Amino acid sequence: MKEIKVLGTGCAKCTKTVELIVKIAKELNIDVNVIKETNPEVIMGYGVMSTPAVIIDEVNVHSGSIPYREAVESWLK
Amino acid sequence: MFEWFTDFATWLVVDVFGLSKATKLGDALHFFIEDTTKIFFLLLIMIYVIALLRASMNVERVRDYLAGKNKGIGYLLGAGFGAITPFCSCSSIPVFLGFTSAGIPVGITMSFLITSPLINEVAVLLLVSLLGWKFTVLYLVVGMLVGILGGFFLDAIKAERWLQSFAAKALEKGQQTAISTQNSQVSRLSFKERHRFAKEEMLEIFGRVWKWVIIGVGLGAALHGFVPEGWIKEHLGNGQWWSVPSAVLLGIPLYSNATGVIPVMESLIKQGLPIGTTLAFCMSTVAASFPEFILLKQVMQWRLLAILFSVLLVAFTLIGWVFNLLTPFI
Repeated sequence: MKEIKVLGTGCAKCTKTVELIVKIAKELNIDVNVIKETNPEVIMGYGVMSTPAVIIDEVNVHSGSIPYREAVESWLK
Repeated sequence: MFEWFTDFATWLVVDVFGLSKATKLGDALHFFIEDTTKIFFLLLIMIYVIALLRASMNVERVRDYLAGKNKGIGYLLGAGFGAITPFCSCSSIPVFLGFTSAGIPVGITMSFLITSPLINEVAVLLLVSLLGWKFTVLYLVVGMLVGILGGFFLDAIKAERWLQSFAAKALEKGQQTAISTQNSQVSRLSFKERHRFAKEEMLEIFGRVWKWVIIGVGLGAALHGFVPEGWIKEHLGNGQWWSVPSAVLLGIPLYSNATGVIPVMESLIKQGLPIGTTLAFCMSTVAASFPEFILLKQVMQWRLLAILFSVLLVAFTLIGWVFNLLTPFI
């Protein structure tokens, strides 16, 4: 099962990003574990400055906006 | 080109609603309709155009650019980038930490963060269309100055002493490591990608600010229509010294962004409130807000937060006094 972390200090876009990933995963019938990470120290550890950012298996795949649907689908596959 | 909006408001108020512009309600409604339609129209166009131009600009590039710049010019650049770089205020903390862990001094980072809410494309656009060029330039200069001097002061008192310990460690580590331009790839964007970015920016920013415009213009319209003509001028028009700190204090609990406050500024100035008092009030409303300060607690100790807050309040008061004194000469 993929572990997906969404980094963000609690803004609306971060919540939407989490919801989007969960929704698309459900549609594609893929089991994922989406975690919302709000601790600034951890966020700094990933070298991320623009939130929301998406980390998949410890790799930063996206930052600065709500991701596009195509992008989310490609991460999940 | 702006008469179109005046004519539209007149048509709606007089012909459709059957109100006379001489009545208080009619006058206030006319002001409200004229300003909201004009602002909405300009916002949609300008946000799109500006976003198209700056699609490839982001905080990562600014960080790489600022890292290792000498301090003198650092504050100016920090404030300048703060004015033109788009970023959501909810990213303040990651941006602060990102800059800090690249070894950028706290003062320069704060120049960036202080200027950012004060100056942005929406604010400039509103200022030009509502208050004219001269006032816009004045506002820009003052906004930059607050950022530059605020940052300079924080470094002068060694503000980094009062960071939270993990942030202080990151700063130290960042300053020791040679500046490596990290992996911020400078990618060339195609027009299609720029268009997609700009379209989303437009919808996103507009979706966020339209209610502020309504509230701001609504308050402005109420001031315009219902506060008796000359009342403000008579009581506060001479720039009495106490009116400036009072305006700053009044601005603290009122939390708004620049978009909401500028229509109110327009109304206040037209009613005869001196420029310095108006500026002090508005900057305090926009830049000194408790919710944002509480966020900064995650990276700063209370002591530094209190200092930063005081610096801003003193700066806005000084701005108010100086501009009230200078008004006869502008």
